[in-house]
Amino acid sequence: MMGVQDGPDRPRRVALVEDEPNIREALRFILSRAGWRPFVIGDGATAAERLAEDPPDAAILDVMLPGRSGFDVLRALRADPATAALPVLMLTARGQDKDRALALALGADDFMTKPFSNAEVVERLDTLARAPQAN
Amino acid sequence: MTAQSFVVPAALGYGALLFAIAALAEARARQGRARWLRGPWVYTLSLSVYCTAWTFYGAVGYAARSGLEFATIYLGPTLVMIGWWWGLRKLVRIARVQRITSIADLVSSRFGKSGPLGAGVTLLALVGTMPYIALQLQSLTVSFAVLGGDPRPAFEDLQAFALWAAAGLALFTILFGTRALDASERHHGVVTAIAVEAIVKLVALVAVGLFVTFEVLGGPGPAMARISASDLPAAVAPGRWVGIMALAAAAFLTLPRMFHVAVVENADEGHLRTASWAFPLYLFAMSLFVVPIAVAGLEALPPDANPDLFVLTLPMAAGREWLALLAFLGGFSAATSMVIVAALALATMVSNHIVVPMWLWSQGGGAALSGDVRRTTVLSRRVAIGAVLLLGWAYWRASDGGEALAAIGLVSFVGVAQILPALLGGIFWRGGTRWGAAAGLVTGFAVWSWTLFLPSFGDGIVPAAVMVDGPFAMGWLRPTSLFGLSGMDPVVHAFVLSMLLNSFAFVAVSLVTFPTPLERLQGAAFTGVFESRASGADDARGADPEALMVMAQRLLGPGRAQAFFRGWAARQGQDGYLPDPTPEFLMALERELAGSVGGATADAMMAQVMGRRAISVADLVAVADETAQVLEQSHALQLKTEEAERAARGLRDANAALTRLARQKDAFLGQISHELRTPMTSIRAFADILMSNDLSDAERARYAGTVHDEAMRLTRLLDDLLDLSVLENGQVRLNLAEARLDAVIDRALLAAGTHGLAVRRDPVDERVTLFTDADRLVQVFANLVTNVRKYCDAESPELRFEVRRRDAEVLVDVVDNGTGIAPADRTVIFEKFARLGDHAAAGGAGLGLAISREIMERLGGGIAYLPGQGGTAFRVRLPRRVAPAGHREAAE
Repeated sequence: MMGVQDGPDRPRRVALVEDEPNIREALRFILSRAGWRPFVIGDGATAAERLAEDPPDAAILDVMLPGRSGFDVLRALRADPATAALPVLMLTARGQDKDRALALALGADDFMTKPFSNAEVVERLDTLARAPQAN
Repeated sequence: MTAQSFVVPAALGYGALLFAIAALAEARARQGRARWLRGPWVYTLSLSVYCTAWTFYGAVGYAARSGLEFATIYLGPTLVMIGWWWGLRKLVRIARVQRITSIADLVSSRFGKSGPLGAGVTLLALVGTMPYIALQLQSLTVSFAVLGGDPRPAFEDLQAFALWAAAGLALFTILFGTRALDASERHHGVVTAIAVEAIVKLVALVAVGLFVTFEVLGGPGPAMARISASDLPAAVAPGRWVGIMALAAAAFLTLPRMFHVAVVENADEGHLRTASWAFPLYLFAMSLFVVPIAVAGLEALPPDANPDLFVLTLPMAAGREWLALLAFLGGFSAATSMVIVAALALATMVSNHIVVPMWLWSQGGGAALSGDVRRTTVLSRRVAIGAVLLLGWAYWRASDGGEALAAIGLVSFVGVAQILPALLGGIFWRGGTRWGAAAGLVTGFAVWSWTLFLPSFGDGIVPAAVMVDGPFAMGWLRPTSLFGLSGMDPVVHAFVLSMLLNSFAFVAVSLVTFPTPLERLQGAAFTGVFESRASGADDARGADPEALMVMAQRLLGPGRAQAFFRGWAARQGQDGYLPDPTPEFLMALERELAGSVGGATADAMMAQVMGRRAISVADLVAVADETAQVLEQSHALQLKTEEAERAARGLRDANAALTRLARQKDAFLGQISHELRTPMTSIRAFADILMSNDLSDAERARYAGTVHDEAMRLTRLLDDLLDLSVLENGQVRLNLAEARLDAVIDRALLAAGTHGLAVRRDPVDERVTLFTDADRLVQVFANLVTNVRKYCDAESPELRFEVRRRDAEVLVDVVDNGTGIAPADRTVIFEKFARLGDHAAAGGAGLGLAISREIMERLGGGIAYLPGQGGTAFRVRLPRRVAPAGHREAAE
């Protein structure tokens, strides 16, 4: 598929850190079709550790998570060398400007507000994943 | 057996009767009965304290020596009552408005609440009254002895009786004169006793007069003839006539006891109308038989008989001992009523203008708050009464009971008359100042002492050489002809000179000195008392009602102080007992206090409590001078700074509160946004997916189902939000009806679903009929059941309902077998969007418990977390009958 640049043999892995089952389901469907291999982390408490253990190629991070907020997870990710460069796309349903500012300040690579357009999520995630190679 | 043996029992019995009358009148007055006791007649009779033993016995002696001149003593007051009652009315009005307690208080209050002026007038009154009291003791004792059969009693024999009489009078005055602290609360007992005595002395004198006219002189016709034929001095020197009449009029106004009964004890200005004609009539009746008695005495009694005792000795000589006894009681009445009222008035003045200010000063700044001023005031007044009588007795002893006492009446009159210029100037002339008043008083006092008072003691005080040639041979300073005014009667000479110089000093010094602001205010209030209730109010700034209350309680007693404060608070429309310290209130309070302790003292204490100035001797005795103003201003500045700080603090607090509210609003909007966007996100994402063509039918069906579920969730959320908003605004309409609790729970379980849940209930306990909104109650229980289904973490979830019946309510405990809710979260769960744990598991917006709580509040019950039940437990409190809406709203 168009999203996968370095060979169909090794689809890129994306972590979905999201607690709403239906949104997870939708994202999984969309990203799978776009050539990604999504896996789910359902709460904020363990998210940073699990991402550091086995860093994926990108992560979609919700802000309002049970246990630990998305911002805290992001801070932990950036503090850990294993995930410091992990491309992170943040999603939030709160839709407030200060959330976007905070997310970008904490080191999120991109930021989107729910509800989102399926195509746009795929496009942005692809852009993020390409960026490190451009460097 | 003669009436003589009844003298002692009669005196004692009469004294006891007076006690009884006073006690009865006090009791009646307290019960609010016997209003006539405070009517114009009792008032008029009480004015008769003017007629002392000196008038009762002495008028006859006066007539025997000087003929008709005695009438001037009666004509003076008569002129005042008939021609000047409107002036008296002004005094009465001022006294009531300003809560004046004595003539010293009036002068002090008028001239800027000056302490020294009050003390000065008090001293003048003391000096002027003391001989008078001695005179009463003299006449009491002599008449007692004479009636006892000793026509020329030795002085030593009289002493014991005099002491006993003084002690008895002191006791009476203390008992009935110091019960109420506020002088203007008036002394019903004393006044009533005085009125009774007034009748007794009139009856006695008229009885003796009738006896003399008909028995001794042989009827009215012969009596007139014998009077004409008698060698009573017929001609009256016009100068002396006018002079003595003016003197009597002046004394009538300025004698402390007269001021007390006429002004302080006056209950109603209208009484003056009656008194203005009735009191002159009384005086006329008192004087009617003076001349016949004098003539008869001169004719019938031995030449060496004392004319001052004719009233008593004439009936005795005729063997009419019972009549003599009545005459004795008349004289007794005249003497005792004068002593009682004079002691009362003097004690009030001494206490308010000398003792309490000194005590306050000795206590330093905090006296008004720290000490029990009320007790001190009452005590000082009692001691002062005792002291006044003791002084009178001592004066009497020192004078050896000599004949000099008989002449002392007029001397006293001239002394107290010195207050007149300050008094009249004070109430009619705005320009008078305290320096002027003081100068007038000092001048008048000095002239009186030199020309009349000191010479009255004979050679002992003023050497004969000085009397004849003047001090240091300066003839123009001779006491009896000061400034070369010779050829005048000594009394008239002293009176005219002292009044002229007194008035001149008053006016002259007033014109060259400037009144303080307080003097100006008081001057306006006094002179214009009929125009308006002008204010002498102090500034309201700096008054702490609490501190004022503490002080007022000490002075007025807790009951009266609280009533006064509460009354004012109510008048200001306040709930509590502390009124705002408005100028009107402070003015009224100061007047109220002035009624207890006098104007200057009250002002000094108010000043202390209000922290208006530093405390010094000058502040306690002379009030409200320029220094105080400066301090007041600086205090006001300081207050303004404090005010600004308070305002700034208030703004900071308000700002913090607003910030907190804004943060809460942000958080709430964030929550709402999140709750709404989450299902919308799913709906939009799956709608997108459903539009693609390569879906299997199974996928299509599943995703369509998800869209439907999420749309339903969105709807529910909006419903809940609206529901909560309506409930919170109190706009909800309850559909109240009879409902069975078991049916309500049935419906709740059905609505929430019980799949996978074991429910335990007790059908017997649940058989309760409620009058409530069943739909809302179902909603509450359904929320609870839903929560159990969502959050119960037990292997096999179990739910039990426990119902307890109380009198007016039913308790329903809803308990599951999970791990329960952590203590810290137990109050959070009732907040909006409070959701513990996983969103996914919840599937609701977290509004359920918030809505349930609102519903239960509307239904007059409650819902609370119930700890200690093992699992999660909620207790729902249901009233058996929910009150209809109108009642609830009224109760809220």
